[in-house]
Amino acid sequence: MNQPIRRLSMLVSVLFVLLLGSSTWIQVLGSQDINDRPGNRRTQLESYARERGQILIGGRPIASSTPTDDDLQWQRTYSNPRLYSHITGWNSFTYGPGGGIEEAEDGLLSGRDDKLFYDRLTGTIAGREPKGASLELTINPKVQKAADEALGDQRGAVVALDPRTGAILAMVSHPDYDPTPLVSHDPSVEKKAWESLNADPTRPLVNRSITGNLYPPGSVFKIVTAAAALEDGQWSEDSSIPGPAVLDLPQTDVGLPNSHPGACGPGDKVSLAVALQDSCNTAFGWLGMQLGGDAMRQQAGKFGFGDDLEVPMKVSPSTLPTQMSPPQEAQVGIGQYDVRVTPLQVAMVSSAVANDGVVMKPHLVQSVLGSDLSTISETKPEQLSKAMEPETSDQLTDMMKLVVERGTGTQAAVPGVSVAGKTGTAEQGEGMPPHAWFTGFAPADNPQVAVAVVVEDGGRAGNEAYGGSVAGPISAAVMKAALQ
Amino acid sequence: MRRAITTITPARGRNVELLLTALAIGVVILAYINVSVAESGTVPTDLLGHTGILAAIALTVHLVLRWRASFADPIILPIVTLLNGIGLVMIHRLDLAAGRDFGSGLALRQLIWTGLGVAIALAVLIALRDHRVLRRFTYTAGLAALVFIALPLSPLGHSVYGAKIWIKLGAFTFQPAEIAKILLAVFFAGYLVQTRDMLALAGHKVLGITFPRARDLGPLVIAWLAAAFVLVLENDFGTTLLIFGLFVAMLYVATERISWVVLGLGLAAGGALVVYQFASHVQTRVLCWTDTFSDQGMQQCGQLATGIMGMAAGGISGTGLGRGRPWLTPLPESDFIFTSLAEELGLIGIFAIIMLYALLVERGLRSAIGLRDGFGKLLATGLTFVLAIQVFVVIGGVTRVIPLTGLTLPFIAYGGSSLLTNWTLVAILLRISDHARRPEPEFDPASMDAPTQVVKTR
Repeated sequence: MNQPIRRLSMLVSVLFVLLLGSSTWIQVLGSQDINDRPGNRRTQLESYARERGQILIGGRPIASSTPTDDDLQWQRTYSNPRLYSHITGWNSFTYGPGGGIEEAEDGLLSGRDDKLFYDRLTGTIAGREPKGASLELTINPKVQKAADEALGDQRGAVVALDPRTGAILAMVSHPDYDPTPLVSHDPSVEKKAWESLNADPTRPLVNRSITGNLYPPGSVFKIVTAAAALEDGQWSEDSSIPGPAVLDLPQTDVGLPNSHPGACGPGDKVSLAVALQDSCNTAFGWLGMQLGGDAMRQQAGKFGFGDDLEVPMKVSPSTLPTQMSPPQEAQVGIGQYDVRVTPLQVAMVSSAVANDGVVMKPHLVQSVLGSDLSTISETKPEQLSKAMEPETSDQLTDMMKLVVERGTGTQAAVPGVSVAGKTGTAEQGEGMPPHAWFTGFAPADNPQVAVAVVVEDGGRAGNEAYGGSVAGPISAAVMKAALQ
Repeated sequence: MRRAITTITPARGRNVELLLTALAIGVVILAYINVSVAESGTVPTDLLGHTGILAAIALTVHLVLRWRASFADPIILPIVTLLNGIGLVMIHRLDLAAGRDFGSGLALRQLIWTGLGVAIALAVLIALRDHRVLRRFTYTAGLAALVFIALPLSPLGHSVYGAKIWIKLGAFTFQPAEIAKILLAVFFAGYLVQTRDMLALAGHKVLGITFPRARDLGPLVIAWLAAAFVLVLENDFGTTLLIFGLFVAMLYVATERISWVVLGLGLAAGGALVVYQFASHVQTRVLCWTDTFSDQGMQQCGQLATGIMGMAAGGISGTGLGRGRPWLTPLPESDFIFTSLAEELGLIGIFAIIMLYALLVERGLRSAIGLRDGFGKLLATGLTFVLAIQVFVVIGGVTRVIPLTGLTLPFIAYGGSSLLTNWTLVAILLRISDHARRPEPEFDPASMDAPTQVVKTR
């Protein structure tokens, strides 16, 4: 019977090796995956066990953690929760980090990120309590506040950039929400807030400035079309192009009309500069067809369309249709048909014009601070792409100044400052009020701030809304705050 | 003739045993201090009281072994002491986490059960001078095993977490299937040693494999029915595997015929398929096994998922004793004590524990090989294999090698019936190993001559 006993012992060895293997799989090879699983209470508790880093603006925390007596040990608090709701997001025990920096930089805030290895190491040696890193943001609280107040109770978004660095000075999305109940240590409070926010038809949790359904840009897209035309070399700001009352669209029996009745200039001709100044649809529709889909896609791509950006929150890429017939090219030339943009992308277009054609990478985090508040890393301005030649941006700047001086954008003017800009009134379809847009930068000769404003469904003005009248004043308020 | 001229006495290893047992106690004391320091930052004041009892228990077994089984395998007691001690420390640690003090805690009860288990083990060692005596109780043991297995279905039965494997007498609950596994090993050993020749030799040859005759299949069918019965009526997947695995293994060892294994596995697979079709709780088990982390899996058996999350949190080196969160998993001190240990001791600690079990099994099978009587060989194999399957089924269950079952990790998991049974099992193994290692009685040619001398004097 010894032989089968020996074989049996081999079988037992195999079984035990299986156990060693399965344990190794769970504890080593697959452990990361299991730890990262949603609803893993150990990971959640672990992140609560050490103090989470602060989110700072101008050295003052807008999100911080205070010690508590309960199991979770730390309570997250937000100062000015609504004003910064889409920037901070929440760090909910039940629903995890989400909504903004809390989610996008969770690794740094919680202290798990590899970048903090050195900080952790020195902390261990020095006997410091482990703590997450703090983040200093680029937001200018005055600009943020001005944007928030100017947008008021209207749905929409405002983004302000420093065109020279790409630093995000303001990022507002309305409706906003209060993240405080989401970080309550009472699960029923969390649950109630979570469910009502998710059920809200106005979708307050969506950061409209970088995500959401994206908007049709309407006439603010004419900056892109104009840039493509100027870069093409055939046209300059003084070129005379067709600007009839109605543009014939080939292959169809409908025409493309202007938003105001009549032609854009005498003899159905208009200069490129005036076409932009008065937001002439027929002229830009004609340009769209002349340039063609490829050229417009290319130009848009140079502005950052189609890019997967992280600011550090993920930004939905703005898009142009991949296939266009000539009438659709005309539509795209004026920012209609299937062009979809984020307000951030529109602000980047203005920034590029302001910054001699160079698009800087937009960012929200200025610096990462270690647990002892020493600087671990600082964001260096980074060039994202080159959208156009400096001569082109100079011409575009001149043209966009005219828009605010005597065109559709006079209500975006800031006293004592020369502002360059472009209005947009984006049709959404029959019977629906248009989205009101404004984008621009100031001062035109020494740009310090670029702005994009969108007000959904015309805001308070409803069907009577125009970009200039609804979004223009908001832009003016934001620029004023930024230039103070 | 060689033996007759041998003058070397084989090493008994009692001093090795003492040393290793002291080492085991030392490890347990360190672990105990570790828990206390992690919990309150101080060395425990009641250190001597708690670990002293375990040390005293182990020492008593050692002394009785010196007295009554001096050739017993010297590795078994230290391993069991260490496993039992690790279990006690972990249970104590979970007591502290749950806010139970020592008086009301589970660790004290486990310590009392350990004492009782060892008392029975000592009684076995003292009363049972020769394991072959057990052969007399072959059929008594078989009958008793069936009664014990069926007991939870009687009015005494008590259901916990859907498995009807407990009986309740007043405040006292017991898992009769635990005892049944020893009884079954005795029965199978006795039965098989009697019938092995018939089972091994008679049969029809099909495809090069000799299959047994139908009339010899009786016991296999009975074991198969008993296992299926337990699975369906008591929802006890673990005991089913245990009974069936034990039987097929012993049958194979007795007959040395692979055809029995083929037949046994075939029957098991067929039975499992049929049961799977009808029994919803078996379907649930399988779902939890394959789709642990799906929404449905989390709902039906979140405990398995949380146990695995605990293990993952431990990683290679573990969080450290007293520094993890094992209480987040349901049943952290009984069914899921393995994941609790894995979380705090890490992969390194778990490897050590699995190797301890492997070593224990190896010592048991070595004794089986060393024995000269068929009954003893079979009994030792059976008892050892039952331990091995139980370890495999428990750890395999919580690490998703096989579907989860409600068996306990021998010596470590909280539970009286398990401790009593496994200490008894180890006592029989020690007795058998003593027999296996003891040299044959001296064969003295001189003494053979003596009678002729008597004749000579006449």
